[in-house]
Amino acid sequence: MALPLFPPESDPGPDFVGLLRLTPGRAETPTRMETGATMPVPHGTTVVALRYAEGVVMAGDRRATAGNVIAHHAMEKVFPADRHSAVAIAGTAGMAIEMVRLFQVQLEHYEKVEGSVLSLEGKANQLAQMVRQHLPMAMQGLAVVPLFAGFDTARGVGRIFNYDVTGGHYEDTDFQATGSGGRDARSTVKLGWREGLSRDEALDLAIQSLYEAADEDSATGGPDPVRGIYPIVAFVDADGYREVPEDEVAARFGALIARKQAERAR
Amino acid sequence: MSMPYYVAPEQVMKDRAEYAQKGIARGRSLVATTYDVGIAMVAENPSRSLHKISEIYDRIAFGGVGKYNEYDQLRVAGVRHADTKGYAYSREDVDARSLANLYAQYLGNVFTHEMKPLEVEILVAELGDLENQLYHIAYEGTITDEDRFAVLGGDAETITERVAAAWQADWDMAAAIKAATAALAGPDRTLAADDLEVAILSRGNGRRTFRRVDGEELAQLLA
Repeated sequence: MALPLFPPESDPGPDFVGLLRLTPGRAETPTRMETGATMPVPHGTTVVALRYAEGVVMAGDRRATAGNVIAHHAMEKVFPADRHSAVAIAGTAGMAIEMVRLFQVQLEHYEKVEGSVLSLEGKANQLAQMVRQHLPMAMQGLAVVPLFAGFDTARGVGRIFNYDVTGGHYEDTDFQATGSGGRDARSTVKLGWREGLSRDEALDLAIQSLYEAADEDSATGGPDPVRGIYPIVAFVDADGYREVPEDEVAARFGALIARKQAERAR
Repeated sequence: MSMPYYVAPEQVMKDRAEYAQKGIARGRSLVATTYDVGIAMVAENPSRSLHKISEIYDRIAFGGVGKYNEYDQLRVAGVRHADTKGYAYSREDVDARSLANLYAQYLGNVFTHEMKPLEVEILVAELGDLENQLYHIAYEGTITDEDRFAVLGGDAETITERVAAAWQADWDMAAAIKAATAALAGPDRTLAADDLEVAILSRGNGRRTFRRVDGEELAQLLA
């Protein structure tokens, strides 16, 4: 291994993906396969993001499915992208997790090389380029659809970006959900959302939306008190990315279920 | 056609070394020292944006003195090396020793094979669980590792004496930064927060241990 120095005309600048292309010995991701992706590969499912008073909250269930089989019970789908942003994934699990890893390094690499942090808009565009590069694979059934949310330190607000398989990205002002249970999750949030939700209200709403999605969609995992597996919920505000401790999520689910039982008993 | 003059290799090397030393001596110095929970790096640098000290990786920092464009190119190469390695393998596989060796090889190569040596001295600092490492690499590729403190720059000898006299194994961040500042300044000057660039690698900072100490915080530390 030699020191990675480049002549000015081929210097990749702060672009980590460009740097990888110039690094010898790196295997290229296949862009075409002979057969269509008919074999079942693990897919991650429902993730949701919503804005609250101090920033954004993001949550994702823990189930991955391959066809009608549950491939993983405890997959993580919500990740910190950097200090002030989070990314959640739906779609082909292996590729999605790799995309997140690359995205995380890309943001940190830019920050270190340039000495300044990318704007939230810049981060969202970076992710869009990665999704777009993945399009040939998506056309063969291995789609990755992320959800990106963060705290815009310049404007002092939480913002949410939603993607399609072509890399098109659209800013959602209040909330968004994606994945197979995304519709149900989105409807639940839509009914409960209002401007200026507190942290606890936002947490409850996110949890409830995943509960309702799991109720309607077989590929979305609900709370699993037997194994102690609960959705991952993270807040991003001015202080940065923080995951909610698992026991707090468990307690919220406990309260939600108790509420539902009381409603039925009435 | 005129014949080129014969110049003895000893003379060539001596001239190059002198050239590089002169270039480095024109710039200001840098002190890095360990303290109870980390490593502090203090450099005399009036610029707020052209950094001498930077983050390379989770537990690795870079310091450079001499010609800015030359050490900055090395810094970026270090970030690239660390990020590609961490991406290909794992974050914990990135270490300062292999990076310091690459720097030493490169500087040594340039010194012997190119017309002009690099007019830089660099430092690769790594925060360890038990032991910290400070790799000091000179313009000709000589590499030395220290576990207490390192001084880079033209006036290194006298500054080293001052740091050595003040150094303590278990001092805290404030004491370390104060002593490093005093050592850089010498007996006849005082350096204020605006003349300094300070950064730390601290065990309390989470995954990315690098943090700049500047503005109001630095002014209060030095007061």
